[in-house]
Order: sequence, then structure tokens, then C-alpha cells
Amino acid sequence: MDNKNQNNIPKELFKPLVRKEDTSEKISSPSRTFWQDARRTLFSNKMAMFSIFILVAIILLSIFAPMFNEYGNDDQDLSRAKLPPRVPVLENVSWLGFDGTLSGKYTGNNVEAATAKAIARYDNNEDFIDIKVVSEGDGSRNSAEVKATYHIYDAKGLEDTYFWIGTDTLGRDQWTRLWLGTRVSLIIAFVAAAIDLLIGVSYGGISGFYGGRVDNILQRIVEVLVGIPNLVIILLMMLVLQPGIVSIVIALTITGWTGMARIVRGEILKVKSQEFVLAARTLGTPNGTIIRKHLIPNISGIIIINTMFTIPGAIFFEAFLSFIGLGIVPPDASLGSLIDIGFDNMSLYPYMLVFPAILISVIMIAFNIVGDGLRDAFDPKMHK
Amino acid sequence: MTRYILRRLWYMFITLFIIATVSFFLMKMLPGSPLNAEDKLSESQKQIVLEKYGLNDPVPVQYAKYMGGLVKGDLGISFAFDNTPVTDILVDRIGPSALLGFQALVVGTLLGILLGLTASIFRNGPLDYTSTTIAVLGTSIPSFVFAGLLQYVFAVKLGLLPVALWGEFKHTILPTIALAIHPMATAARFTRTEMVEVLHSNYITTARAKGVTESGIIWKHGLRNALIPLVTVIGPMAVSLMTGSMVIEQIFAIPGIGEQFVTSVMVNDYPTIMGTTLMFAFLFVAIILVIDLLYGLIDPRIRLAGGSK
Repeated sequence: MDNKNQNNIPKELFKPLVRKEDTSEKISSPSRTFWQDARRTLFSNKMAMFSIFILVAIILLSIFAPMFNEYGNDDQDLSRAKLPPRVPVLENVSWLGFDGTLSGKYTGNNVEAATAKAIARYDNNEDFIDIKVVSEGDGSRNSAEVKATYHIYDAKGLEDTYFWIGTDTLGRDQWTRLWLGTRVSLIIAFVAAAIDLLIGVSYGGISGFYGGRVDNILQRIVEVLVGIPNLVIILLMMLVLQPGIVSIVIALTITGWTGMARIVRGEILKVKSQEFVLAARTLGTPNGTIIRKHLIPNISGIIIINTMFTIPGAIFFEAFLSFIGLGIVPPDASLGSLIDIGFDNMSLYPYMLVFPAILISVIMIAFNIVGDGLRDAFDPKMHK
Repeated sequence: MTRYILRRLWYMFITLFIIATVSFFLMKMLPGSPLNAEDKLSESQKQIVLEKYGLNDPVPVQYAKYMGGLVKGDLGISFAFDNTPVTDILVDRIGPSALLGFQALVVGTLLGILLGLTASIFRNGPLDYTSTTIAVLGTSIPSFVFAGLLQYVFAVKLGLLPVALWGEFKHTILPTIALAIHPMATAARFTRTEMVEVLHSNYITTARAKGVTESGIIWKHGLRNALIPLVTVIGPMAVSLMTGSMVIEQIFAIPGIGEQFVTSVMVNDYPTIMGTTLMFAFLFVAIILVIDLLYGLIDPRIRLAGGSK
């Protein structure tokens, strides 16, 4: 049927096809390198970019913030111990909690008893305590309740003094210590990650590249090291070494690099059998150059991702060690040791716990989000 | 398979041997002895104490004795805590730790699976974003920060639950939640990723084509297959629970292994530190081994691959 119809079409309707230039070989979208692609994906990830911004801000603050006021890391003064946060201007907005007052609810059989309790709690400085009666009570046990607000700065004659996030139990400025502590935590994390990177990449690179007997021996060593739990090694090292920044870094890196080494080895094995390596070898490129110029750049994505996840891990372990009393020694501070002190004073002076706890959480979240963002950016499956 | 198990057991043995040896000699390097400075002991009394702990022998003999005892489950005598055998201390304290760890693992994994499942079903919807956010927060925020938050809100401010201590079920609630957050977040992330992948596979399309209901697809065909790889993360989860238990037990004053370790560190009680370390090491290694073997049992594809090796 169809054939018949076609045959009936008059000849003049046929026109010769104008020969166009062949377009099948043309690349429809602009060509981008792997790195350009990765960068575009990362830049379009709003959460990751925001996290990078936060992290840069935190790093800058940890460098410069301790200079914002005149207090030092170890300026002890017991007369100004345990002062609550007080910030100029913000002190007038009472619900923010930066007004430099301590307040609490006290109960008693009647208003007088409750008031007496409150006054006894706040240094017996009656003149500087505002009492607000919450409920009058009927004489039964703890039925009356008063809300007491203690203007501790005025009571101590520090009207013009401002400790932005309060002072600790020894009267040291928390702001200065918080950012110095952040600096310590970040230094530990970055140095540990850098050492892991260095040892892990070279070990894994050599193992994967040379293969055979070298690989066999190196892998047996790693297999045993991987079997030893991280926590056990870190705890043992911390017991033996003098506590401090260097020891924490050593404890974190002594077996920490094995993860990186295994990943790098696996990737190298994948890449090294590809043609461009064969080509380089045919041209007589020395092994070192092949590793540095051809293999490492091709697996750098995975190395970067892995390093990005090492950093929050190191921050956590540092805080963990300082928290159980094996990390940073006083008078130095780290986020972990500040949180540890904060826990001891949690019920009466919650601000000592709140600020370091928030800061460490923000840092950890930001690093994890950036890590996730980088993973998406470097994963070729994600690019369309 | 048998060869594989034997190989793994051999590695486990080597690892534990190395840990025991290294920690023994490290402990020998440290200063401190069972003799308290304040006990004014005569020279001969000191000798008797040292004799009791076997500290008069040359180090190699001590090492041989220690390793010999280890095989029989004897971890030596504690320097502090009334000179109780370390094994007894640990046996007394394993109950609370095991209970907490178990509760946290079960609660965390189940909640995490539900969270991940919800996220994968309502992919890219508000529920997905909520559960992904919870997962990121859970993996990022250190457990002790979370424990502090719980303690402050539920115990100090609201007074609903006890601040600390141990004994009844209500004492376990806050520490369990604090410990369960991390496994929950891990399980949620993992389940979501696996589920999304499984739901795109061909056999799901087949199931749809033959008219299996949506709930049948999700529960029977989807979740079952998505959960198999979850077994692999239970090992690392248990490990992170042990790390977490140290601080959590300290915060909530729970008489467990982790709290014992921290206290022993404070008083330089080396036999107890070593005993605890070895026990942690043993648990770590054993859990990883069991999980690996279990994985082979659950997923026939892996068993076949392992068998042909």
C-alpha cells in the first residue's frame, strides 16, 4: 500500500537535498575540564558555599578575635569569676541574655523564705538583687516562688566592664579563651589531616604503583594496623606522651593515615592500567614523574574528599580527649576542655557550656556539609 | 569460606597480640606504682607489696606472666580500687555499658531506617530535606554536646528525668538517646542512599509491571534489599558507640566500662587501664569479624564470591 502511494507522488515534488555540513561530530555544549565541572557543581551548591563562608569566618575569628579585647588567655582574677555574658548595646535587650545578670527562680513556704534563699544564693548582696514575686504561696511547702535577678557587674563595681560571653571559674575572659581554644582545635585538625594526607598518599601510592612484592608487604602491615582500633591507639598514645598539641597530633596520625593509604592504593590500581600511563611509560617517563604528574592528579578528587572528612574527625577526637582529661592541659584551652569545664558548671552558669558547644557543633556541621558538597562535585556521576 | 574465616581469626589473634604487647611495654615505661606516696612503708613492707603485684620480677618475666594470665582471662590486680582483680571490676561494670550500648544501637538503627525510608519515598520533598538535615546534624554534633543539651533541657530545666545516676529504666533514657543519635544518623543516610538506588533497579520495575502494590514494593522488594548493606555499617556504628560511651557514662555518672576507664586514667591505675584497653580492643575486633561473617551469610551473592576464592 505504502509503496504504491509513494510511487504515485509526482516527480516534481522531489527536491534534491542540500548538503549541509556534517554536525554529528560537533560538540553541543562547551567542553569543560573535570576541575571546571567540579567547581561549577560546588559553586552552585548553596549550602556548601555558605558553610565555606562560615568556616572562613571562624578561621579568621580564631586568628584575630582574641585581640578584640584586652584580656589574655590566662588573666586570672577570682574577684571577677563566673560573670555572665554582657555585651554593650545588646545588654538593653533583656531576653537575649547578654545583660550581665544572673537570674533564677526560688521557692519557699512563703515569699520571705523564697527571697531569703535567693539572696543567700547571690552573695547576700541584697542591694543589687531585684525580686519579682511569681506566686504568693499558701504556706505549704515550696508553694511560693520568686524570680530573682542579680546585677552582678554592679555588685562587684564593674559597671564599665564587659565580658562578652562571660568569665570562667577563675575569672578568665571566655571570649578570648573560646577563640584561642578554637585556634588550638583547628591547628590540631589541619596538621593531623595534612600528615595523614602526606603519609597516606605516599604509602598508598607506592604500594599501588609498584604492586607485586612491595604491595604485598606494605598491605600486610596496613592490614594489621587497620585491625587495631583507632580509639585504643589514641588512648594509649595519650597516656604515654606528655599531653599537649603535639601529642594529640601524633596520637591521631599514628594509625590515622591507613584509611587514606588504602583508598589511594585502590584508586592507583584502577588508574595505572589505563592507556595514558602506558603512553607515558613508552615515552620513557620515570616512575616518580608518572606518579606525581599522571596518577596523583587523576585521583586528587578522592584525596581531597577524604581529607575534608578527616578534619572534623580530628576535631571530634581532640575534643573527646580533652573532655576525658587526656588532651590539652590548662592553662591552654581547646573546644573540648572548655566544654568539659562548661559541664561542671552547667546548672548554674549554662553560658560556660553553651558557647563552646555551639561553636564546635557549627564547625563540625560546616565541615561535613563542605565534605558532602565536594563529594558531589568530584563524583563524575553527578555531572550531566 | 572456612579458609577465609581461619584467615580472619588469625589476623584477629595477631592484632590482639600486638595490642597486648605494645600496651604492656608502654605501661612499663610510665611512672607510677601501687605504692602510694602517703603510705609510709618500711623497705621490707614495700618489698612485700611489690612482690604481691609481681613487680620485682625482671620485665620479660612480668611480660610472660601477664600474657599467660591473659589467656586464662586474668588481667592482674588493680593498683587502686581496693586491689580488686581487674577482671572482676570489668565483669561488674560490663552490664550497664552493654545495656546502654544495646538500647542505643537498636533504637538508633530502627529510627534511622524509618527516617531514611521516609526520605527515600518522598525524595526531594520537605520530608526528605528534614530527615537529611537531622542526619547531617546527627553525624556532626559530638555526642557529648548532645548529651549536655539533653541533660540541661530535660533534667535541669524541666526536671522530667533524673540528671544522672543509674538503677532504674528512667536513668537509661537520656544516655540512650544521646548515644543513639549517631547510629540513627548513620543508618538514616545509608538507608536513604541504598533505597534510592534499589528503587531504580530493574526488579522493582518488574514488580511494578506485574502489579505489586506500592507498599509491597517498598517493604518487601525495596527495604529488604536496601538493608543488606546496612549490616556493614553496624560494625563502625558499634565502634563509635564505644567511643561515645566513655564520655556519656562520664556525663551521666553511669557505672560502666567507659567511666571506669576515665577514672582509672585519673588515678594512674595501669592494670585497670590495660585491662579496659584490651577489652575494648577485643570487642572492636570481634564485632568487626562477626559483622563481616554475618554479611556473607545474609547475602548469598557475597557467600558465592567468597567461596569461589
